[in-house]
Amino acid sequence: MSAITHLQFLESEAIYILRETAAQFQKPALLFSGGKDSIVMAWLARKAFYPSKLPFPLLHVDTGHNFPEAMTYRDWFVNEIGAKLTVGSVQKSIDDGKVQEEKGHNASRNKLQTVTLLDTIEENQYDACLGGGRRDEEKARAKERFFSHRDEFGQWDPKNQRPELWNIFNGRKHFGEHFRVFPLSNWTEMDIWQYIRQENIPLPSLYFSHQRKIIERHGQLLDASTGIIPLLDEEIPKVKEMTIRFRTVGDATCTGAVESTASTIDDIVAEVAAARQTERGTRADDKRSETAMEDRKKEGYF
Amino acid sequence: MDVLVNPTESSLLRFTTAGSVDDGKSTLIGRLLYDSKSIFEDQLLAVEESSKRRGDAHVNLALLTDGLRAEREQGITIDVAYRYFATPKRKFIIADTPGHIQYTRNMVTGASTADLAIILIDARLGVIEQTMRHTYLASLLRIGHVVLAVNKMDLVDFDQAVYDRIVSEYMAFTKGLEYVPQIRPIPISALNGDNVVDHSSKTPWYVGPSLLEHLETVQVKPESVTGSARFPVQWVIRPISDQTDSKLGNLHDYRGFAGRVAGGTFRPGDEVVVHPSAMKSRIVGIHTFSGEEKEAISQLSYSITLADEIDSSRGGMIVKADEPIQSSHEFDAMICWFADKKTLKPRGKFHLRHTTNDVRAVVTEVLYKVNISTLEKSQDVLEFGLNDIGCIRIRTSAPIFFDAYSENRITGSFVLVDEQTNNTVAAGMILKPIADAFEEDAEVTI
Repeated sequence: MSAITHLQFLESEAIYILRETAAQFQKPALLFSGGKDSIVMAWLARKAFYPSKLPFPLLHVDTGHNFPEAMTYRDWFVNEIGAKLTVGSVQKSIDDGKVQEEKGHNASRNKLQTVTLLDTIEENQYDACLGGGRRDEEKARAKERFFSHRDEFGQWDPKNQRPELWNIFNGRKHFGEHFRVFPLSNWTEMDIWQYIRQENIPLPSLYFSHQRKIIERHGQLLDASTGIIPLLDEEIPKVKEMTIRFRTVGDATCTGAVESTASTIDDIVAEVAAARQTERGTRADDKRSETAMEDRKKEGYF
Repeated sequence: MDVLVNPTESSLLRFTTAGSVDDGKSTLIGRLLYDSKSIFEDQLLAVEESSKRRGDAHVNLALLTDGLRAEREQGITIDVAYRYFATPKRKFIIADTPGHIQYTRNMVTGASTADLAIILIDARLGVIEQTMRHTYLASLLRIGHVVLAVNKMDLVDFDQAVYDRIVSEYMAFTKGLEYVPQIRPIPISALNGDNVVDHSSKTPWYVGPSLLEHLETVQVKPESVTGSARFPVQWVIRPISDQTDSKLGNLHDYRGFAGRVAGGTFRPGDEVVVHPSAMKSRIVGIHTFSGEEKEAISQLSYSITLADEIDSSRGGMIVKADEPIQSSHEFDAMICWFADKKTLKPRGKFHLRHTTNDVRAVVTEVLYKVNISTLEKSQDVLEFGLNDIGCIRIRTSAPIFFDAYSENRITGSFVLVDEQTNNTVAAGMILKPIADAFEEDAEVTI
């Protein structure tokens, strides 16, 4: 008998966590952004319950600041795997007066998502949300559990987490509390790409090299072609046509591009292997302070 | 940087690190990550900036793993941190556990999923009480491999006599353990990199592998791979659909037991016993998303269909008919107590979670506690506080299906959950069932 490969191990572990989530909770949902991690997670969920359909819906927290390619992909993918889709709208939270839009040209709806997410969880009475977070992404995530407890306000208490041993996961909770569950905790960015290659998973075109109008702001290459990011007058002459791709796909206002000619999965795997910056190095949301991620997570962020 | 590994060949090694506060553990991990090019520029830059701001003399690599605000402020590690790196030969997951007071709880947690433990010793201090505690815990958790990393060899002039004395003292100590892992001693200097990745010219008397070479090549065989066939049922897949699946045919009567193999191998045609009913049946199909499989192997996830309509669901267990499993209401177990605000006493009641099962449980007796520095068993105080380890007898509201932890780390382990707070308050390793504790039909009320 030969030993199993690391991708087999990671796949099996994630399937185990997905099944535990379905079994231990009354009403879970899978957070789906159209980014590669949530695509891989949903792909694994299809495997976990095959030949049944997914026993939970996909939940998209829509900032209204989406790349059109990501939305096209989302609708295609949901149909492809035969899942149900629930959408929580940040625009609606703004219209209802629950949150206020950030001001200034660096305004982002990234932080507002937390309110919409928590409201959507409450409205639908979801008691567990599956997220595509990985421990290698960010230092606060390195200490996150697979089953991460949230109090009735959706808050994370990093100093008071339940120990997780062997493959026993404790999802017991009081009424009104919920869990975030991270089946991809042990995956690295490279594992995700190698798995996408192995499984031949279709991805949004944003991940592959293409021409795009770009504005460079604080060292970040931001989209200037969709009009989602308002440009300052003095920035307009600085917009350049560049050959880029996105390493992560999130809210368009804080997702930076990298210059790249990688047009196939093999190219991307080679590029990731040679990268000298973490993928979150392109994320403006993490650059707001040293513990930006921890602070957002404590409030109930993804 | 994530190194390109061959996904079809590379295996995974999970290890944990243990050492006292100043043994150079963070330096060693930083060294492994740095030398394997697993640290990114922006991470290193951020750590350099923080170190400068804090006034540290050197770049403090501990800041790479200590990510929480409280940790950075207080310069301590609160919790188990998981780190990832790869070489062209293997992928590694490190469970980095802090060395301070809560180390027992954290080391037990990190060790529960580890194939190997690196135990660090300061060459100037030799084998100290902490070394023995860490080794005891590695042995208790049945980690098959230990690396005794004799660190700071540069501070004892790479003296072979010092190293030899430490190694023989350590080996003498391990003879007193019930379970002795395979031990590989290596003289290193984490600060300068001697024998960490490359062989050091300063230890010509050492002919063994460097630490990384050892990690890349050590053969780990979890007992579960070669042991008895075990399949805890997680979930029952019933499409309740008249659709026809291209791989599995008509789905109307499909009823698959979903789970992850916890030991051994199953094949279609195998005679099995299905718990809790203990009914016999036969495996018809083993399925994944790819379709029919020829076998179900340890650690991987499947859906299994049986020849007979047998009632089993989450918490049930499928085993090979000729490889029976223990079934009992009452058993003895070693536990480590995790709660700091509550103690464990005889008659304490809990939820007990074992494989995919969840039953109520009562501690009927505290048999002894272990002083993990001297390995002495004592019955003087029978209450467990934070980090205490000892042996208890437990009775459950329904029988559970288990092996001794020494046979199988998955079917032999459990956790206790507090009924009020829902917190995980203890980790348990089953020793043996209590024979004839109950008649088969006994109703147990707790």
